[in-house]
Amino acid sequence: MNMTLIDLLPFIVLTPLIASGIVALLPGRTLPFVVTMLACLASAVIAAFVLPAAIAGPPLAYPFGNWPPPFGIEYRVDAANAFVALLVAGMSAVTLLWAPKSVAVEIHGRHGTFYALFLLAVAGLLGITLTGDTFNLFVFLEISSLASYALIAYGKDRRALLAAFRYLIMGTVGATFLLIGIAFLYMTTGTLNMADLAERLPELRDNNAVRAALAFIIVGMGLKLALLPLHLWLPNAYAYAPNFVTAFLAGTATKVALYVMARFIFTVFDADYSFVVVPLAAVLMVLAVAGMFAGSWVAMFQIHMKRMLAYSSVAQVGYMVLGVALATATGLTAAFLHLFNHALIKTALFMAVGCIMYRTGSAKLHDLRGLGRQMPWSFTAFALAGLSIIGIPTTAGFISKWYLVLASIEVGAWWLVVLILITSLMAVYYIWRVIETAWFEERPAGAVQVREAPLALLIPTWFVVALNFYFGLDTRLTVGASMAAAEALLTGWGGLP
Amino acid sequence: MTLLGISHYWFVIVLMMLGFYCVIARGNMIKKIMGLNLFQTSVFILFVAAGKVIDGSTPILRDGVEVYANPLPHVIVLTAIVVGVAITAVGLALAVRIQEAYGTIEDDHLGDDVDGDDD
Repeated sequence: MNMTLIDLLPFIVLTPLIASGIVALLPGRTLPFVVTMLACLASAVIAAFVLPAAIAGPPLAYPFGNWPPPFGIEYRVDAANAFVALLVAGMSAVTLLWAPKSVAVEIHGRHGTFYALFLLAVAGLLGITLTGDTFNLFVFLEISSLASYALIAYGKDRRALLAAFRYLIMGTVGATFLLIGIAFLYMTTGTLNMADLAERLPELRDNNAVRAALAFIIVGMGLKLALLPLHLWLPNAYAYAPNFVTAFLAGTATKVALYVMARFIFTVFDADYSFVVVPLAAVLMVLAVAGMFAGSWVAMFQIHMKRMLAYSSVAQVGYMVLGVALATATGLTAAFLHLFNHALIKTALFMAVGCIMYRTGSAKLHDLRGLGRQMPWSFTAFALAGLSIIGIPTTAGFISKWYLVLASIEVGAWWLVVLILITSLMAVYYIWRVIETAWFEERPAGAVQVREAPLALLIPTWFVVALNFYFGLDTRLTVGASMAAAEALLTGWGGLP
Repeated sequence: MTLLGISHYWFVIVLMMLGFYCVIARGNMIKKIMGLNLFQTSVFILFVAAGKVIDGSTPILRDGVEVYANPLPHVIVLTAIVVGVAITAVGLALAVRIQEAYGTIEDDHLGDDVDGDDD
């Protein structure tokens, strides 16, 4: 069984990658969607089988073309990347459920090329997650980035083009920074394999090139992650992309970037180096807290709902980075929990906004006055997912914030608890504004009657909302996997097999 | 290490900063993409230079060659060049679409539109 599982492992990435080539050629609209759905489901199912095996045993390794590492490219999967891979594959399948209706109104003509790009983005993100080779990681990063630039440019608003172009410039600078970091690592150690690097780097602690490599990699991934001063691409990209693309990217892209950052900090460089020799913890903590505040603050004054949620994402990235910066087992558990839970929360919120936009064509707050009674199901879904982002008990958002608070208390940082509470209150404000506008304001006279969103959109939205509550009550999967992921990152890979 | 031995680093740094400055300071989107290309090319040189072995020949198997350059950086840079070409293509395609939609590709003229809140 285990043997066959390792043989199936690369197909998590290969299925969407191969399928994208096929989907690009398919005519019409239904056929490309069906093939895309099947490919994503296949990935998700394999990832669901890989996760328990990765939690239970040593890392699963798959050498490509039977070239033994470090000469060949290797996929190396432990609890941390198996968890993220399951999240990415699972969320891509779940958001796809929501796609057909939403994509039908936003993208004209045949859908083959659109879904092909989507599959490329999924394959790229999964490849980043699973690979054990730094250069391979760069290539997959660019595959997923290029696909997402094009996906964002599909937006109906012409500003989507500008947002995509700016994301392309900033994203490419970030990826090139990562490449410079990899170049320095290769020049000092002569290897590109992560496990091999982890073995060779401790001898080079005093080497300035290694320090520069760490700095370049952190800045490069910080750009992809939208960590505070590097977040400028994110609000416009999320606001003007097609709704389906926003829901998908919000749930996956930044999460994978956070995983890569954690992988480099803990596995490749070792926490002792990243946080003791180089004062990275302090830097990350300041940026994380600043991101939490600035993101929430700006979100409070947005009148465009998608931009508001995008700024809220900047704040949520802050929570995740804070967990990483605490550098304890509980802190990392909290980071991975929030990575998973925030994907569920933001996808649910963007889906709810997508439902509203499907009927009204606008995400501006003043266009939504009094709509709560005409679209009760969409706005209730938004409100319930909003509870989760605030962190009300019984929601998934509560669980991850609870662990983050625990981790802060564990290191004696009471002030962090206060800051987390204040930023959560700010979330109450920006979610409440929407509820107040929709339910407590009168519909302007002469406004057109709006119908409830179609069931094809509402059912997947409510499914993700239900998942938010399910993972708020039954935390065995999320907490168990997050703890295993934290432990896997802290213990490392122990060199080459 | 003599001054000449590390001179390629100076080329890399100068080229990298030229490209980076161009990306940041130029408003024209084509110029931004050119800057991005310069920036990436400097990293390619950094990689290729790392593979140079003094007195080494080309890494091709033949008689009488004992010392040869490290071929791995060349392969890596080939892949990175392909990635760079793809990025340039997507960037230029977006610039064309922006020209069609706005009638200009000068970022200064477009700055307010993307951040504005009204349609």
